[in-house]
Amino acid sequence: MATTLTLNGEGVSFDVDPETPLLWVIRETAGLTGTKFGCGAGLCGACTVHVDGSPVRSCTIALGDVQGASITTVEGASGDLAEAVRKAWIALDVVQCGYCQSGQIMAAIALLEQTPHPTDADIDDAMSGNICRCGTYQRIRAAIHLTARTIEG
Amino acid sequence: MEKSREVESRITRRSVLKGAAFASAGLVIGFSLPQRSFSNSQSVQETFGPNAFLRVARDNSVTIISKHVEHGMGIFTGLATVIAEELDADWSQVKAEPAPADADLFKNLAFGIQSTGGSNSMQNSFLQYRRAGATARAMLVEAAAARWRVASAEISIDKGIVMHEASGRTASFGELVDQAAALPVPEDVPLKDPSRFRLIGRDDGTVKRLDSPAKTNGTALYGIDVKLPGMLVAVVAHPSRFGSTVRSFDDSETRQIPGIVDVVEIPTGVAVLAESFWAALKGREKLRVDWDETAAEKRGTDEIISNHRALLDQPGNVARRDGDVETALARAAKTVTADYSFPILAHAPLEPVACVARLSSDSCEVWSGDANVTPLQMKIAATLGFRPDQVEIHAVFAGGHFGRRNETALEAVEIVKAINGRAPVKLQWTREEELQNSVYMPMYLHRATAGLDDNGNLIAYSHRIVGKSLLLDSPEFAAQFVVNGTDFTSVVGLATTSYDIPNILVESHNAVVAMPAATWRSNYNKTYAIETFLDQVARAAGRDPYELRRSLLARDPREKKIDVLSVPEPVKDHIFAEHPRELRVLELAAQRAGWGEAMGPGRGRGIALAYAYSTPVAQVAEVTVADDGKIKVDRIVCAIDCGVAVNPDVIRAQMEGSIAFTLGSALHSEITMTGGAVDQSNFHDFQVMRIDEMPKVEVHIVPSAAPPTGAGEPGGVPVAAAVANAVFAATGRMYQSLPFGTV
Repeated sequence: MATTLTLNGEGVSFDVDPETPLLWVIRETAGLTGTKFGCGAGLCGACTVHVDGSPVRSCTIALGDVQGASITTVEGASGDLAEAVRKAWIALDVVQCGYCQSGQIMAAIALLEQTPHPTDADIDDAMSGNICRCGTYQRIRAAIHLTARTIEG
Repeated sequence: MEKSREVESRITRRSVLKGAAFASAGLVIGFSLPQRSFSNSQSVQETFGPNAFLRVARDNSVTIISKHVEHGMGIFTGLATVIAEELDADWSQVKAEPAPADADLFKNLAFGIQSTGGSNSMQNSFLQYRRAGATARAMLVEAAAARWRVASAEISIDKGIVMHEASGRTASFGELVDQAAALPVPEDVPLKDPSRFRLIGRDDGTVKRLDSPAKTNGTALYGIDVKLPGMLVAVVAHPSRFGSTVRSFDDSETRQIPGIVDVVEIPTGVAVLAESFWAALKGREKLRVDWDETAAEKRGTDEIISNHRALLDQPGNVARRDGDVETALARAAKTVTADYSFPILAHAPLEPVACVARLSSDSCEVWSGDANVTPLQMKIAATLGFRPDQVEIHAVFAGGHFGRRNETALEAVEIVKAINGRAPVKLQWTREEELQNSVYMPMYLHRATAGLDDNGNLIAYSHRIVGKSLLLDSPEFAAQFVVNGTDFTSVVGLATTSYDIPNILVESHNAVVAMPAATWRSNYNKTYAIETFLDQVARAAGRDPYELRRSLLARDPREKKIDVLSVPEPVKDHIFAEHPRELRVLELAAQRAGWGEAMGPGRGRGIALAYAYSTPVAQVAEVTVADDGKIKVDRIVCAIDCGVAVNPDVIRAQMEGSIAFTLGSALHSEITMTGGAVDQSNFHDFQVMRIDEMPKVEVHIVPSAAPPTGAGEPGGVPVAAAVANAVFAATGRMYQSLPFGTV
């Protein structure tokens, strides 16, 4: 029984066990490895993707539950906002080991979609589900503020 | 698939370059290449490589070969900066890729083996890589001089353009590659005068991290991302108690799961191999293993603490003795004593162990972010009955290291060996294994005792440490760093204190625990103990903690007579910072933080100092303690003197990061055991720092022309003590048992 959905703008169909977490379908079946595995329990945010525009931990949502949905991964995140976020990340050299950053960037894009000018408290609320063991938090916060200023023009 | 194999063999054949034979840096296999970070096939074909550390290609690119694995500390960028500086390259033409395993060419000069750690990557490479860049520059200059028939002294290079000013002729590096490659490699090429540095120390945003683009668009390649044709995914059933072995297992139900390919026993457990991770995981759930627990650790944390506490009452191995502590304490007008306990900690890098191994009849390749390249290569060779040169290690980006990712690929090799190499294998750990089956920062207990004279002067200081040795289980390191029973990593920061106290005694015990030990980023427990103890002493003496430290740093510690010092020979002559570098960072941190200025109710300021990884670093913490006892760390002011700051922004990032790493652990992290099994299983019960707790961090780098010293870990060494001292100032309560919890 195949599951049909839209992945990074393209219609796709996956003939795998519908109980498989979306994360592993994205990584192993679709071959998009930008989305990372960190905890398998929705506790670290490394696997964050957008499902119909909302940030979702893809390690805890089953493939069968996203039938017909539109999924965006870090590889497919595009448009002015996504590009501005990436630019800010590069301008401030946010990354260290980089493993969490796909998830951080996807969470940041989702935050800025909803709240174009987030306060520090808004950022803490939206981003505290995303662990960075290298401790890049100060720069993540700064990069989100920088993106907000850039988008404002 | 066939095509990619062709590419691979071609690369390997053509990679024998002038001056040093080195194998392909690999990663040119059946998948897309990450941007920037690794070589591509074109650049390998037409290059000028005067030494093992760089290649210049006809396409004008300069690829530096990093002997250190990029764990996130920015070493690719750092080593590229050093070579580009001496080469006078333009930053935009520079790339970096990891070195293959070759201890002769790529050993860490501080360790004697190829290994990344101890915050010494830049420290041990700086001159080596400068020389590599300067040598290549001299050859490009010679090539241009020959082409234009002018004296080499008349040739200059600016931002990657080779010029003869008098005639107005110019050439790119790429245009000179063939001629340069034909020249003999010169020796003893002069290095650039530091006054002419234009990339080293640059802080205007020109020198950006080389790995930022790939790490923001999903293309950066980690162990978990490596995919080889026909590869299987393996998960391993590990025992819940350390030291258990497999007695037998029943895989009948496992083999019913669709996608399961094989189930094999390996020395560390039972591996389930499948076509996908999910199938392997489901297969493991159905596996029944009977463990032989004869030699297993069966104690819980409380029992291990009792065992450590008993040792704390007994004299240990003497790490340092100055004068006569016992007599001085007996004479003291006042004594202060405090016990400290530090929990077992997991490193919890965000990428669980993930690595790939491929085996043929006469070679083995692994892809991993492991730090201990030479020991890994030797152990794999021994496991397979191969020569080390039959083992090729492809270093990929590591999703964090922190002391954990040392030789993880060995288990992948055991699995691929158990299936006779019939398919490449990706080993994938889960978060639960990372917390329950990993290597750990062991538990430590400390006891500190101080004696004060009538005037409140510190006249005696005794400190005893009990904990499992980090190095006794690793012969490569133990031979160098365990002296007279003293593991240097157990006492560094204490036995090496530069505080001017007339009578000092530092002792340690190596406790026996079956749990595997490994160092841990910043390894801060010693500094925590001495720096918080000093604030307790200051209070007992009625002195300001900052002023007390200043008085203890007034004299050059090298003038002091030390009777016993059990530290490694190579370290002995420079255990102290050059005087008065410590005093200078202490004063800088205090001044920038506004030490002594009034604070509101419930707020406190604390200071702490460390000399760690050859770097003096001081921090002032500001905290707010809420009515319910919850601590908020508002601000950390950090002053560091790490010699010449090769990439100032990378150093700031490392201070921010190591501060977060240590602070998260001090606030929350703890591994406990019941009956030998770890109680924690994921990030809900093993808490780490998250963004809402990140303080504002300000970093001040002391301008310096001295050789670079450690920058990856020093920031995390004093921070927990600075915060505890701030809470002490605010509340009068000192944390002597970590993690803090609430007041």
